[in-house]
Amino acid sequence: MSTEAILVPSPLVPSPPVPSPSGASGGNAEKNDPPMLTGSGAILASLEKLGVTDVFGLPGGAIMPFYDELMAFTAIRHILVRHEQGAGHAAEGYAAASGRLGVCIATSGPGATNLVTAIADAYMDSVPLLAITGQVFSTSMGTDAFQEVDITGITMPITKHSFLVTDPADVPAVIAAAVHIATTGRPGPVLVDVTKDAQQKSAPFIWPPKLDLPGYRPVTKAHGKQIQAAAQLIVESRRPVLYVGGGVIRSGAHRELLAFAEKTGAPVVTTLMARGAFPDSHRQNLGMPGMHGTVPSVLALQESDLLIALGSRFDDRVTGKVSEFAPHAKVIHIDIDPAEIGKIRHADVPIVGDAREVLLDLLPAFEAAAARTAPDTVDWWKRIETLRSQYPLGYVDDPDDGLLSPQGVIEAIGRISGPEAVYAAGVGQHQMWAAQFIKYERPNSWLNSGGAGTMGYAIPAAMGAKVAQPDRLVWAIDGDGCFQMTNQELATCTINNIPIKVAIINNSSLGMVRQWQTLFYDGRHSFTDLETGSRRAGEETRMIPDFVKMADAYGALGIRVTRPEEVEPAIRLAIETNDRPVVLDFIVSRDAMVWPMVPQGVGNSSVQYAREHAPDWYEE
Amino acid sequence: MTYHVLSLLVEDKPGLLTRVAGLFARRGFNIRSLAVGTTETEGLSRITVVVEVEGLPLEQITKQLNKLINVLKIVELDPSSSVQREHLLVKVRVDSSTRSQILEAVNLFRARVVDVATDALVIEVTGDTAKVEALLRVLEPYGIKEIAQSGLLAIGRGPRSISERVLKN
Repeated sequence: MSTEAILVPSPLVPSPPVPSPSGASGGNAEKNDPPMLTGSGAILASLEKLGVTDVFGLPGGAIMPFYDELMAFTAIRHILVRHEQGAGHAAEGYAAASGRLGVCIATSGPGATNLVTAIADAYMDSVPLLAITGQVFSTSMGTDAFQEVDITGITMPITKHSFLVTDPADVPAVIAAAVHIATTGRPGPVLVDVTKDAQQKSAPFIWPPKLDLPGYRPVTKAHGKQIQAAAQLIVESRRPVLYVGGGVIRSGAHRELLAFAEKTGAPVVTTLMARGAFPDSHRQNLGMPGMHGTVPSVLALQESDLLIALGSRFDDRVTGKVSEFAPHAKVIHIDIDPAEIGKIRHADVPIVGDAREVLLDLLPAFEAAAARTAPDTVDWWKRIETLRSQYPLGYVDDPDDGLLSPQGVIEAIGRISGPEAVYAAGVGQHQMWAAQFIKYERPNSWLNSGGAGTMGYAIPAAMGAKVAQPDRLVWAIDGDGCFQMTNQELATCTINNIPIKVAIINNSSLGMVRQWQTLFYDGRHSFTDLETGSRRAGEETRMIPDFVKMADAYGALGIRVTRPEEVEPAIRLAIETNDRPVVLDFIVSRDAMVWPMVPQGVGNSSVQYAREHAPDWYEE
Repeated sequence: MTYHVLSLLVEDKPGLLTRVAGLFARRGFNIRSLAVGTTETEGLSRITVVVEVEGLPLEQITKQLNKLINVLKIVELDPSSSVQREHLLVKVRVDSSTRSQILEAVNLFRARVVDVATDALVIEVTGDTAKVEALLRVLEPYGIKEIAQSGLLAIGRGPRSISERVLKN
């Protein structure tokens, strides 16, 4: 059978070559024998060889042999989290901010199941994540042993692949294969479950191991014919739109995208996962499409005659009712995952390949085609400029209840912190506002849970981002609901000197659910009041918990902000405070809503600019 | 209902069947039959799966299956260019008045009697789905007591082998 040797991924940090056993030519035979390592030691040595420098985890019974060796292993920084979900999201944030592999470690049973949410999140958002879990002794497996769960089984539908290791000799090849799978093709999470006996027993450590993955061959280079066909469609199009998704960021294709977009002159929309893939300051950027997208972006897609989908997957939050999405458009769909192409929308020109490599090929093909047929988008841009001037993004800056405007707070954070900062958001209204009102100029500056919609992502993800990029200013823009799900990692931040800034957009509610209740459930606010502080001026309120006291208890600087004139100074103080984490508790209006909005289940042409205010658009 | 026969060449790894079956379940694809066995190559197994395709394009199924790391190759086997067989064991009620008619049917279908009791026969038949179904229809009036049926097996006609190109690489 095929045993094609795939080169192991080159280490991100150069490491000295390992003496290979076959390299022995005379000399001391003992010296050239591969070292004997325990399974635990082999995991650590493999990670080091693969360039891993930071891991997030929490020990427990079935992973203790590994932790025992980790204690003395200086090449890898281990950050002890307070909950395994935090380790998972921290590894995700680390990966999303840096483009490198994120690694999280947990014990068997509940330790492993606590990783599940983060693994599912990484799967939905194509984050390169390696999860290493301890497993009970191989001799106890299947007996319902203490802290035994079938974690490879549990994670099967939410990982790119999973491995169970019961023999220490398998460790180098499995870790190398896991990292190769997680970081190549469409990135994603891979789980490696290692039994306690495999961690304890020893075996020769042979590096580099031979990767035997005959069924895994991601296609990165596109077919020439398809490139030509795409170029021809683009020059013939009068209303093209570049529909850019998170794949552009994962592929590192932002420079190639900029060059291609400028050459074609096509308008660009950047999905929630692609904010920052194309500069917001660029004239061609129409902003985010979808349920809470800008009107120009949503309607440009609707009126388009050609969608150039680049690393995007026609998610329901982008398309609205699929049968009514971009009804006049042909589709060029570029994706590294063949299964995404044609999954939701038929592709007239399907292109399987890495976004960066495809763009490198597509640009000269477009130039050649444009020399024969000159593209003309003049009328299209007139239309788009009309939409842009009529429907800019906006918000009410002085809510009736006298509380802060959440959009204003978020915009101020972005304006003062600038595009070099990293912004991680939770899930809900604050996430949408952070996607709308912060100006992103570079990839990997916007981290969020797009596909899975995991509340509680922000704090640990910001922590992971700060570990990956210690010189950057890192914000967690969080909601009062999200913050209560994962704030325990503030302890991790304080103790490990990871000074993240947390902005709680505190509307005392599960705000997005409340917004839907207001709009679609006759204002029946069923179980969305969290009683964390926001009320109309003069109304009685409780503040449970008091986030400022909580910050204080965690050794962080906590500041409550209730008045508009306090907003800027608080943000500046947070930026200047780097000896501990900072928590800003912004008490904002709970009546603020996310606009524009396309109600669920209808076509995107029904986009509402504000409540009961639909824009005019041409229906052909 | 439209059925398609897919032949999967897979690495014989623990949990492989769970991965394949789980994928079908969560993506909403219905399996009509499934047969798993070894191949001429050590370490490789072959899964023959009959899928119901309604509303969902077959392409989505094969693309999703291809994403499984241990799946090496998938081919669709068309009835006209492949040999397709099912294996059936059926226990039929008999008495002195029906025995000769049942034995006649067994002969007509080139089936075999593999166990005889005073009031029952176990009949074995191999054939394509239509033949197996036809035999069951004929036996039904006599009283079918029990059935054990294999999944469909299929192999392409002609000299080419499913594993050829995979092994070359």
